[in-house]
Amino acid sequence: MMSQSTVLATVLAAASFDKPTIAYGRLSPLLVVFGIALVGVVVEAFAPRERRYVIQTALALLGLGVSLLAVIGVGLDLKTNNDGASRGSVEAMGAIAVDGPSLFIWGTLLVFSLICVLLFAERHLEGGITAFAGQAAALPGTEAEREASSRGIEHTEVFPLMMFAIGGMMLFASANDLLTMFVALEVLSLPLYLLCGLARRRRLISQESALKYFLLGAFSSAFFLYGIALVYGFAGSFRLGEIDTAVSSTVGGSSLLLAGMALMAVGLLFKVSAAPFHAWTPDVYQGAPTAVTAFMAACTKVAAFGALLRVFYVALGGVRWDWQPMMWVIAALTMAIGSVIAITQTDIKRMLAYSSIAHAGFLITGFVGAQQGIEVAGQQISSLQAVMFYLVAYGFTTIGAFAVVTVVRDAGGETTHLSRWAGLGREAPVVAGVFAFFLLAFAGIPLTSGFTSKWAVFTSAWAGGAWPLVVVAVLMSVVAAFFYVRVIVVMFFSEPVGDGPTVAVPSILTSITITVGAAMTLILGVVPQPVFDLARTAGEFIR
Amino acid sequence: MTGSETTVPWLTILAVLPLVGAAVVLLLPKGTAIAKQVTLGFSLVALAVSIAMAAKFDVEGGFQFVEQYNWIDSFGAHYAVGLDGLGLLLVLLTTILTPVVILASWYDSDGGRWSANTFFGWILVLEGLSIGVFAATDVFLFYVLFEATLIPIYFLIGGFGGPRRSYAAVKFLLYSLFGGLLMLASVVGLYVASAGNDGGPSYLLEDLMSTDIGTTTGRWLFLGFFIAFAVKAPMWPVHTWLPDAASEATPGTSVLLVSVLDKIGTFGMMRFCLNIFPEASRWATPVVITLAVISVIYGALLAIGQQDIRRLIAYTSVSHFGFIVLGIFAMTSQGQTGAAFYMFNHGLSTAALFLVTGFLVSRRGSKMIDDYGGVEKVAPVLAGTFLLAGLSSLSLPGLSPFVSEFLVLAGTFTVSIPAAVIATLGIVLAALYILYMYQRTMTGPLHPATELLPDLRAREVAALAPLLLLIVVLGLFPKPALDALNPTVDRLLQQVGVEDPQPTVASAETGS
Repeated sequence: MMSQSTVLATVLAAASFDKPTIAYGRLSPLLVVFGIALVGVVVEAFAPRERRYVIQTALALLGLGVSLLAVIGVGLDLKTNNDGASRGSVEAMGAIAVDGPSLFIWGTLLVFSLICVLLFAERHLEGGITAFAGQAAALPGTEAEREASSRGIEHTEVFPLMMFAIGGMMLFASANDLLTMFVALEVLSLPLYLLCGLARRRRLISQESALKYFLLGAFSSAFFLYGIALVYGFAGSFRLGEIDTAVSSTVGGSSLLLAGMALMAVGLLFKVSAAPFHAWTPDVYQGAPTAVTAFMAACTKVAAFGALLRVFYVALGGVRWDWQPMMWVIAALTMAIGSVIAITQTDIKRMLAYSSIAHAGFLITGFVGAQQGIEVAGQQISSLQAVMFYLVAYGFTTIGAFAVVTVVRDAGGETTHLSRWAGLGREAPVVAGVFAFFLLAFAGIPLTSGFTSKWAVFTSAWAGGAWPLVVVAVLMSVVAAFFYVRVIVVMFFSEPVGDGPTVAVPSILTSITITVGAAMTLILGVVPQPVFDLARTAGEFIR
Repeated sequence: MTGSETTVPWLTILAVLPLVGAAVVLLLPKGTAIAKQVTLGFSLVALAVSIAMAAKFDVEGGFQFVEQYNWIDSFGAHYAVGLDGLGLLLVLLTTILTPVVILASWYDSDGGRWSANTFFGWILVLEGLSIGVFAATDVFLFYVLFEATLIPIYFLIGGFGGPRRSYAAVKFLLYSLFGGLLMLASVVGLYVASAGNDGGPSYLLEDLMSTDIGTTTGRWLFLGFFIAFAVKAPMWPVHTWLPDAASEATPGTSVLLVSVLDKIGTFGMMRFCLNIFPEASRWATPVVITLAVISVIYGALLAIGQQDIRRLIAYTSVSHFGFIVLGIFAMTSQGQTGAAFYMFNHGLSTAALFLVTGFLVSRRGSKMIDDYGGVEKVAPVLAGTFLLAGLSSLSLPGLSPFVSEFLVLAGTFTVSIPAAVIATLGIVLAALYILYMYQRTMTGPLHPATELLPDLRAREVAALAPLLLLIVVLGLFPKPALDALNPTVDRLLQQVGVEDPQPTVASAETGS
């Protein structure tokens, strides 16, 4: 049905101009986010400086809330397709797939963003201003910077930037053709590059991280684009569904397709920070303002995995025997590099960055199983469900963990060196306890979401025949556990050096973020079934 | 699984009670004795509940106190608990030892970096989780609780004890996590194997017992479980974490670690390895028996050579666990009944040894054998209890460990004479390591530093008395325990598909 209408559309487009039909209702979650982002820009231009913070925060929360409601509304109205496996429809003239997985990922992104906005808006920790640079254009260490800081200027542009990034992420995960996907990739990346460079403290390292992220990101975008071009050359279309048709009807390999596939994989794997395309992650995670790091670590990963799964399952599902071996290697490599190198880290943010790399490896392990809806029987979980569940679980934990990092401080701002965390368990048992809980979740200890999610990706990988990868994943989990436990040892069993760390009392905003993160980590560890049910209801990708 | 459904969820109550206690204790004011008294109160209530359950227990009734609810449908996981004879005995061991440990550790956690409330809170958490582990009849639930017990014991070792406790805690945790995650791989594999069942994937023990897992797959999955349990037990060559942990932790923590938690390893072998992988268990028997015999001799030899009293006891445990594993994999009814009873007895005798040496060490401030001498002259009660605990550890006839050790050896003899003969040497060595230690510390000329050593106080006697009493009573009259174990073992052997070489007498009813 879909392919008929799209074929029809192509034919008509060749003949005459066709008025595009847009289902505004079904796309409303996207439109609201982009709309609010634009309003935010206007607010920056016209609202008085002292009011902007309140207006921007309220706008962002409102926009994300309304968008989330819209997602729920669209989700309740989703129709089941003929094939029975997928739900939803392709909208915007074949550019955007509004299907179950899209809505699941949109909802996930919006919830994560809501609690990240709270981190962005936190003003207690820096003595009444946000953690973002007063004036990004002022060079570090100059008179202009001092002036900006003494006048208490803050960059409220971060909120519209964040909204653009969220919009881009949502579009990225739901794009049904490769060009839309590329545009979405840029829309989500550019605001992130900027946000990374906006730290109020330690600005040089922040700007360095922004530059590195930008250069490497641009480089990987080029790979992605080149891959798209080659795949277009092979399939004659950007549409995922039509690429699938072309792939399935081709007998034998095609070097054009294989090269295009590999290059697209480079672009996508860069975004999920999989080895060997992970090199940017530690520097960027360390340098960026911690609120931005939390946002990137959770949301970028969700969006990028959404896109990765969609491209490889929908468009390239027919040649999965060609890409699975490559992904096996990448999964093993990513887990190994993330886990092993994390051991030597002495900075909490860098350690969490390597942990994020290792988790990308676990996610890819779930992804390579490629157990799709039709192949799994009864209550068994499919790869897509496993990965989506993992993303939800990991996102809450990681946002919570970075939120804790923002409150552990000394005179120079956040203190992220591991040695400065010694004795935190005595100084602030609750904060240290919560952080230890997050670390145990990262390590995959039962009764945390880390365990259920690992379990889910491991089973789907095993069911897909990738049991050697599961064994590697298990061994790497032990290595990873070592460095998570090391942090717990430092916090609880080491004597503090010098004055010891202090825990600043944050406002209600950061407290909410940490509480939500910890609560969801526990809930998804003990009663994960509702989220699995939701993922099952979402069904498979539409084709 | 046959068994009577109960309306009152006794097992859940029993497991949750200590957890509630832990929450209460953490909220109580610090620095007072109230927290300790409340902890003791909760553990005694749990003991009373478990004794009442034991009284209600029908030895021929299969799994009892059964509760079963769906937990995570997508995983096929259930909240399913129930007790058979083996489970009941180990739950009783847990509930008996916890109040004893609490009483014995009354002052051990004072003045440390962490409050006494934390120490006693963790002990209660550990008790609750251990009861859950022994009661779980769903593999997923078992795995979750199995791993969860690591957290309280990790904090107990790392937070309280000797100078190298942090190292010992991390070493323990990494060994356990390594084993646990290998088991995770096997648990995941079981899911895939059971996914082909009519009812979809299920982790219920009874469903898995009837699942046809292929021979090769079954052997691999068996290895994942077995290695995890071997690390836990611990067997040679994956035992090296135990001496460090047992010597650095407080005596109470060591008791909980060796007497309760390590039993999960041998319990898991009987409950899960044998039931789910009968073919693979038979396949692995020769290797496992070899490893068990090595453990028996190796642990005993190293124990003889130890200078540190606590490390010595830890090595004796490696030897004892060798006996238990030997009994399990002898695959005879006497061997397995003996092994199961051995778990209980070893819990009692090792607890007594750890505690009485703990009292000794706390008086003198040294763990080295050479720093003692002639203690029986100044502290006769201490020396007497030490001797009794030691004799039970070397399986003196008339004490309960003798019954179980004899059964294990008799059961082994019928299947492998070499293994039985070599393992019997372990008994000789046991006499050597215990009596040699006793001789050097308690007898002979008085060491100058031990001249003013005070004897045991009333609290310490009260903590040791129940253990020694049980050891003597069960040594003379082991029938109740054996009666509870025999049906469990018979069912197990039936599932494994092994028959005894010839009918022999373990007690009146045996001979399947």
